[in-house]
Amino acid sequence: MSKEKFQILESTCVPLPYENVDTDQIIPARFLNATSKEGFGAKLFYDWRYDKKGIKKTDFILNNPSYKGKILIAGKNFGSGSSREHAVWAIFDYGFRAVVSSFFADIFRNNALNNGLLPVVIPDEALRKLLDLTLKKPDTKARIDLEQQKFSILPSGESFKFDINPYKKECLMKGLDDIDYLLGIRDLITTFEMNKRF
Amino acid sequence: MKPKTLFDKIWDAHVVKSIDGGPDVLYIDQHFIHEVTSPQAFDGLRKRGVQVFRPDKTLATADHNIPTVNQDQPIRDELSKRQVDTLNENCSDFGITLFGLNHPKNGIVHVIGPELGYTRPGMTIVCGDSHTSTHGAFGTIAFGIGTSEVEMVLASQCILQPRQKKMRITVNGKLEKGVTAKDVIMYIISQLTSGGATGYFVEYAGSVISDLSMEGRMTICNMSIEMGARGGLIAPDETTFRYLRELPSLPGNVDLDSLIPKWKELKSDPDAEFDRELEINGSAIKPMITYGTNPGMAVAIDESIPTLDSISTEASASFLKSLDYMGFEPGMKMAGHPVDYVFLGSCTNGRIEDLRAFAGIVKNRQKAPGITALIVPGSKMVEQKAIKEGLVDILNKAGFELRQPGCSSCLAMNEDKIPHGKYAVSTSNRNFEGRQGPGARTLLASPLTAAAAAVTGCLADPRNFIE
Repeated sequence: MSKEKFQILESTCVPLPYENVDTDQIIPARFLNATSKEGFGAKLFYDWRYDKKGIKKTDFILNNPSYKGKILIAGKNFGSGSSREHAVWAIFDYGFRAVVSSFFADIFRNNALNNGLLPVVIPDEALRKLLDLTLKKPDTKARIDLEQQKFSILPSGESFKFDINPYKKECLMKGLDDIDYLLGIRDLITTFEMNKRF
Repeated sequence: MKPKTLFDKIWDAHVVKSIDGGPDVLYIDQHFIHEVTSPQAFDGLRKRGVQVFRPDKTLATADHNIPTVNQDQPIRDELSKRQVDTLNENCSDFGITLFGLNHPKNGIVHVIGPELGYTRPGMTIVCGDSHTSTHGAFGTIAFGIGTSEVEMVLASQCILQPRQKKMRITVNGKLEKGVTAKDVIMYIISQLTSGGATGYFVEYAGSVISDLSMEGRMTICNMSIEMGARGGLIAPDETTFRYLRELPSLPGNVDLDSLIPKWKELKSDPDAEFDRELEINGSAIKPMITYGTNPGMAVAIDESIPTLDSISTEASASFLKSLDYMGFEPGMKMAGHPVDYVFLGSCTNGRIEDLRAFAGIVKNRQKAPGITALIVPGSKMVEQKAIKEGLVDILNKAGFELRQPGCSSCLAMNEDKIPHGKYAVSTSNRNFEGRQGPGARTLLASPLTAAAAAVTGCLADPRNFIE
């Protein structure tokens, strides 16, 4: 099944200057009782966005209309904890297409790549400056060029190379799907099963 | 031949194909599923018009979202009910064995896998749940996956996965009385931080680890993910083989006598290279307690919360946000702080040994007046054992009740929520904000420390309660 392609993304950014943002914060467990992938964006960061009575907390950045865009900038060790892919579905459904941090939890990164959400790693120091800049100037635009593996801050032109597995890069750029690939090698898998040692 | 780590021996034996510049196609021996992270994967199969490739290699249970009282009655929450019903339908449509609600083999996925003999040395095991690392206690490569990957395994019995780096953590010495496997892993995480092992698969070794029971080893491997490691594993030994021999039953035609000699090869070669090695003096570990909102934020129960000047500038905002949520101050002493709730259970500490430990302390004592306790067995089999061994009588006499199995208050998807602002000593694995309910304040600890809190009403050193 083909997916949304990712090639170049240019957008303003939403800074979230906290470290160790775990997937329970991204989407609390009590919202995981759905049986489809849709609609999780409304629950993204729910307990940070809304108070006990369900009223918007005005001091949370997603509730501040000055900050919007398709790029989420987050403190280091983003997406730790639970393996729930719902966290990625929520971020994607909300409208983000890339998350920039200095460090991602493994499962989150895999889940993101499997859903067309690009995790971009930049150095710690650069992240600190970027969080600062985007907090102060919400209209700051950034550009992600996946082909070039380049993340640029547009006003200054400062840019950073980022790593991505070449296979995953191709999947994202062409909107390809791992499951189609695996279905295509079922015969090879059957042969493997017959010769297994453990 | 180049010396190999245990991890590499198992990994290499499961690579169907390596993609150039990409991940490996890794064959999965055993797949577990539950109601929360599987429905969208089955949806995907239906949209593709594909059947499950090897239905006999997936086992299903309902655990995350189920009530832990009155399980014989219909689930009251409509969305939860629909999710459990959907699992039933999916398993029946695709030919997957399900130990669902009320089945005598039902329980938390990481409790039933081992106790029913589905988890065995040398295997690759995955599940849409990050605590799949638990199964590594048997010398398996076991790790949590997302729902897209659940769909991959259902469709092909394989996933695409890059090989992880390897770390070995050797815990030498001998544990002091009152110090448990839970304290060992909490201590390790407090040293490495909650992201300190990201990118690694951890092998645990050393005298402390080999002295542990299988239950203790499962607790250790279970929390590997809490320092970011995808999984943890321990070389199988006589303790492992004895555990498997003593199981009431094994699935299918598993013949231990022919398998055990092969399993004895499953250990890291003497000169095998690790990307990182860490040695820890187990004799110095004390009972641990968390004070913050990630599992790395922990101290010994007789210590104080770090002061602000010991925290780096860039981490101070997160540190203060965390203490503010917990209602704590930097430098505050932990012991003696009042507690409202105690939760014993979860895939970390919901096994029979954990109930025994808890019962050992509350025996001939009484639940403290202000405490609400949730004592939740990890499975139906654990529940039955607890009744048979007389643990339930001990609990009842001390003012506690045993609930029915499930994930319960560990992630509070069901009704077992800790109210806003209340303090809960919890034997589970995560103290994230809101993890046990919106505004709930979680203090992670061992079953012994939970029992000490349950009978005193405050944080207390369990070593004072052990003869």
